[in-house]
Amino acid sequence: MKIHEYQAKQIFAKYSIPVSKGKVAFSVDEALSVAKELGKYPVVLKAQIHAGGRGKGGGVKLANSESEVKELASSLIGMTLVTHQTGPEGKIVKKILVEEGLPIESELYFGMLPDRATGTIAVMVSSAGGMDIEEVAAKEPEKIIKVNVDPLLGLQPYHARQLAFGLKLAPEFVKQFVPMALSLYKLFVENDCSLVEINPLITTFDGRLIALDAKINFDDNGLIRHKELLELRDPDEEDPLELEASKYNLNYIKMNGNIGNMVNGAGLAMATMDLIKLAGAEPANFLDVGGGASAEMVEKGFRIILSDPNVKGVFINIFGGILRCDVLAEGIVQAAKKVEVKVPVVIRMEGTNVEKGREILQQSGLNLIVASDLKDAAQKVAAIARN
Amino acid sequence: MSIWVDSNTRLLVQGITGREGQFHTRQCVAYGTKVVAGVTPGKGGQQLDDIPVFNTVKEAVAETQANCSMIFVPPAFAADAILEAVDAEVPLIVTITEGIPVLDMVKVKNVLKHSSSRLIGPNCPGIITPGQCKVGIMPGPIHTPGPIGVVSRSGTLTYEVVYQLTQQGIGQSTCIGIGGDPVNGTNFIDCLRAFQDDPDTKGIVMVGEIGGSAEEEAAEFVRNHVTKPVVGFVAGLTAPPGRRMGHAGAIISGSSGTAQAKIEAMEAAGITVVRNLGELGEICKEVFSSVL
Repeated sequence: MKIHEYQAKQIFAKYSIPVSKGKVAFSVDEALSVAKELGKYPVVLKAQIHAGGRGKGGGVKLANSESEVKELASSLIGMTLVTHQTGPEGKIVKKILVEEGLPIESELYFGMLPDRATGTIAVMVSSAGGMDIEEVAAKEPEKIIKVNVDPLLGLQPYHARQLAFGLKLAPEFVKQFVPMALSLYKLFVENDCSLVEINPLITTFDGRLIALDAKINFDDNGLIRHKELLELRDPDEEDPLELEASKYNLNYIKMNGNIGNMVNGAGLAMATMDLIKLAGAEPANFLDVGGGASAEMVEKGFRIILSDPNVKGVFINIFGGILRCDVLAEGIVQAAKKVEVKVPVVIRMEGTNVEKGREILQQSGLNLIVASDLKDAAQKVAAIARN
Repeated sequence: MSIWVDSNTRLLVQGITGREGQFHTRQCVAYGTKVVAGVTPGKGGQQLDDIPVFNTVKEAVAETQANCSMIFVPPAFAADAILEAVDAEVPLIVTITEGIPVLDMVKVKNVLKHSSSRLIGPNCPGIITPGQCKVGIMPGPIHTPGPIGVVSRSGTLTYEVVYQLTQQGIGQSTCIGIGGDPVNGTNFIDCLRAFQDDPDTKGIVMVGEIGGSAEEEAAEFVRNHVTKPVVGFVAGLTAPPGRRMGHAGAIISGSSGTAQAKIEAMEAAGITVVRNLGELGEICKEVFSSVL
């Protein structure tokens, strides 16, 4: 789960990690009053969306006066911000963070995430902050300093010193960096984070080390023990169909193609999307109904797929294990009776109770295209795509 | 004819009295697996069918000489269940549970480094040696005994692969789902090494998906250490970057973890990579013709 910069900074502050002063504003008036409260110009206005690259995309502005705050805030709020992480359709900005301007001396990078290969927590820093860190990693890997922390031991002060001296920080900043890194590790572990990133972490001419940016992603699996974090979820950032699907425990991701699909199991679902592409069409979604789906869940999933106006055909691919084919067939029939199905539907079923499932589909009188195996199904999907 | 599980496997089920645990325990028994014990804290002394239930893994192992554990404990308590099995020195621990927090698994992984236990999973369908022993949730009847080893990060996608092999008359030595989580126990390389060393496995099918770099590392291992023919498949060519595709581990971040990069690495290592999943069975028949 992703949260906004202003929310991440509130969590940072709870852990005594120094952040730039500021507040979120949902309107131009609120932006003006935050600027007034800060009491000094320049102030920085930062679009709050769940994507990086905001600066390059034009979502971060410097305002030197009240009138500039007014002008820039009104252009930011409501704008569609396109960055390399939002996709070409961009995201609508509904709130901005108004912050004090700081005398920046240098921009650093700080990142922490689980390292899947080694089963450790990787902590990385770089003196090339403020930039796309993946580019730095690719072009100048020597500029990234990394320690791998044994989670049974936790981040130790010597780890933090290794990072600080690796950054060639002056002694006054090393003193600030070590407790900051230890606090960040504490925050990371206590909240089941999957990523904590500060880009840039700055040193100022008046000798302070401050998180100018803050990014926190939470491990979705960890949320079972952090119910309070769910309140930070921003429904504005989620696709309405995805939000609807999540209410029924369906794993749905909206995409831009024209062939809807419903599959049980994430791996098979991805493979089915690939098959649609190979057939000459584009998948309209990813939808994993899971191993133990009920007829009701199948019905809801089918309705969600059909409510996407781009869908010109549907491919249902189920390998019945725990989810039996007869249960699936009943769900399809139920859904088809309630919503008008105007597009062709190809169904491929295999596994547990497949005969019973096929019988239910046949007796339903619905106009369904039943495929004998995956290869046959792909050809039938291709035929739809051509029309 | 197999790796890690066979007719000598004595299975213990942690979380045996839960809905899933009961259902799948019975399915394993029906397949022929020797299920010797169950563990549910607080329910020691009860029975599921004829299977004795214990309060602790230690007790269950001492009483029944179980040598493999299958875990159905809910995600918030699953890491604890794995650690309990490690502490009781169970040689093989198969964790089916989906949704275990990553930070729990990184701890488990570091404990495993200092133990002799092997963990398969979590978030996996389990392991099966057809005709001998099923430890997991896969549908038994699609499997058939034979010479091909299967290793996969996915569940139903593995069933699809196995089904196509069986349809082509190609049997399997052992099929393993290593799970869809970013931090897991047994990885591709562990399985490939075991299949390479197993005299009765003549060829290998390896099924990957987007996220991480396990497939690339496995490809490097195949290049240097595997002499048996390998057929591969990677799911997720159409997956958008930055989105979690169901599995916690299936995320393309930046330019790493893409299906394209994995396919290229595997092909460069001499693996025959199938693009159209519908053709996997036929291609396996061709590639494995010399060893079948």
